[in-house]
Amino acid sequence: MWDYTPQVKEHFLHPKNTGEIENPDAWANVGNITCGDALYLTLKIDKNTKKITDAKFKTFGCASAIASSSVLTELIIGKTIDEAKKITNKDIADYLGGLPQEKMHCSVMGQEALEKAIAQYLGHEVAQDDHLHHEEGKIVCTCFGVTDELIAKVVKENNLISAEQVTNYCKAGGGCGQCKPEIEDIIRRVQGTVETEQAFKKPAKPLTNIQKINLIQTTIDREIRPQMEADGGGIDLIDVVGNKVLVALRGTCVGCPSAQFTLKDAVEMKLRELVDDQITVEEVK
Amino acid sequence: MNPIYFDNNATTKVDPYILEKMIPYFCEKYGNPSSMHEFGGKVKRDIDYARQQVAEILNAHPKEIIFTSCGTESDNTAIVAALECYPEKKHVVTTKVEHSAIMNMCNYLSKKGYSITYLPVDHEGMINLDQLRDSITDKTAIVSVMWANNETGVVYPIEKIAQIVKERGAVFHTDAVQTVGKIPVDMDKIPVDMLSLSGHKLHAPKGVGALYIRRGTRFKPYLLGGHQESGRRGGTENVASIVGLGYACVLAQQYMKEENTSVKYLRDKLENTILSTVPNSILNGHKTSRLPNTTNISFEFVEGESILLMMNEYGVCASSGSACTSGSIEPSHVLRAMGVPFTAAHGSIRFSLSRYNNEAEVDKVIEILPPIIENLRQLSPFWRKENMIGA
Repeated sequence: MWDYTPQVKEHFLHPKNTGEIENPDAWANVGNITCGDALYLTLKIDKNTKKITDAKFKTFGCASAIASSSVLTELIIGKTIDEAKKITNKDIADYLGGLPQEKMHCSVMGQEALEKAIAQYLGHEVAQDDHLHHEEGKIVCTCFGVTDELIAKVVKENNLISAEQVTNYCKAGGGCGQCKPEIEDIIRRVQGTVETEQAFKKPAKPLTNIQKINLIQTTIDREIRPQMEADGGGIDLIDVVGNKVLVALRGTCVGCPSAQFTLKDAVEMKLRELVDDQITVEEVK
Repeated sequence: MNPIYFDNNATTKVDPYILEKMIPYFCEKYGNPSSMHEFGGKVKRDIDYARQQVAEILNAHPKEIIFTSCGTESDNTAIVAALECYPEKKHVVTTKVEHSAIMNMCNYLSKKGYSITYLPVDHEGMINLDQLRDSITDKTAIVSVMWANNETGVVYPIEKIAQIVKERGAVFHTDAVQTVGKIPVDMDKIPVDMLSLSGHKLHAPKGVGALYIRRGTRFKPYLLGGHQESGRRGGTENVASIVGLGYACVLAQQYMKEENTSVKYLRDKLENTILSTVPNSILNGHKTSRLPNTTNISFEFVEGESILLMMNEYGVCASSGSACTSGSIEPSHVLRAMGVPFTAAHGSIRFSLSRYNNEAEVDKVIEILPPIIENLRQLSPFWRKENMIGA
């Protein structure tokens, strides 16, 4: 059984603002029955003040989907459009005292509906199609129709680092799983630059030997090997003697004429840049 | 609030009589059955007595029974043993509706270079016997088809299936975890080579199971270790639970008639009333070839977890094939294999009864369920009057 907070239970058992507004000023349909959850949001908006004066929802889904929808309406009633635009899925989850990781997509669905309803009100082109419901961008996850834009958004707003987390937040990758490498690329694109700057800044203080070996290993794992594997090759750290790093080449790198060039130009340069500028790299055969 | 426990396919209450039989094995008769002294030797005899009790419910010989830790271990053991014994055969036949203990083992094997045939099922959950016959080749090491499905209760024609598999010369295993204790199982009549059962589905405790291995069936142990279970399963025996399983089999035989009369009556009353009072409720699975205690009903346009949690407020325990309950995002593989549409698969509820249930409990569920479904439908954006069957 899920470990739901009392707030989730309360908003599930006694949801607020259910139903639909007749002749709404803004509305949005997100999710669909195939996915297992869907939300129909209708808003009343004051033309002069741009305030959301009323909001109602209808939701098909589990307890956390219903609770997230209920909280969404509570959060936005009385807010201006500009204020409402700032609401993130995290705000919805926080209001509920948190959601289980696997259920975070319910809060994302609420935020998405709000965003779409506002866009529709402001006169932007919005596809209200049930199956390809996520606004712009390229579809990455074909099982659940999730775009690269939505994935990038949840990664950024919730500081996600793995494909599993992305599945929990927006379902992408949860069907056949074929798009997982693409999701990982998006994570790297969104998070990678930050991580490289922070985690891979060359250390100011002198390192202990173990710290240094660990850093070399991490650098090889994260910065070097993925590129070599993309070309069918590979690399393993064998030993570190002072500033001499001994590695073994794998896969198509073995016996490749340009391997020595790769070692000096790519591996050594990267390690010098991120670990210690005295490092030399040698191949062990 | 006393729970109304309609989730007996998930697990069952340990019968107090069985618990009483188990207690001495913790602080009094705690000897190791493998020991040389009489203190342990006595315990060995008690295990063999339990073996005889288990053999009786299957109409088998005690030597054909090994004790395991659970149904999953029995299932895994059967498949791996057959593949180990026939290394030249790299093919396994099973169905799309098996328990994860079989399914995930087969998925694993397919990554290891084995080829797996997953037989499809029709909308009632039945497999096609001609298709089964055609799928077995001289490269097929083992065929594994469950006796009864845990989610829908659909009972497969195991006698015919076993005959087909034996004609084609492969090993036949059946996962009878949901079957033993609910309907008669006779190994003397049905040419099954290996059969899995689990204690906690028939009022014995969790953590004990058994594997029936017909005499003459080639076998290699899965769990390597000591010489326990005649060298067929290493590991010191879970004595108390094995003793419990033995008595559970004795009781199950005594209550078999009740299971197929009074438990079935309660199930039928629950099922028929729900189907007739709740609009757009659909039975999943074969109407007649079914376990007497199980019903699986879909409520269109609402989601299963929500139904379960609403029922939970009244202390009613059941299960759902919805995606949300498992943490996965795909609904039940069994219902999907049967072609149940998403509109219904997400809203499926399984009620599974036992001899501990009574009519007042059934009446309570019949009373609370229709308004729950109605409330959730009022909340559902997919629920429209025109969707109503018969509207």
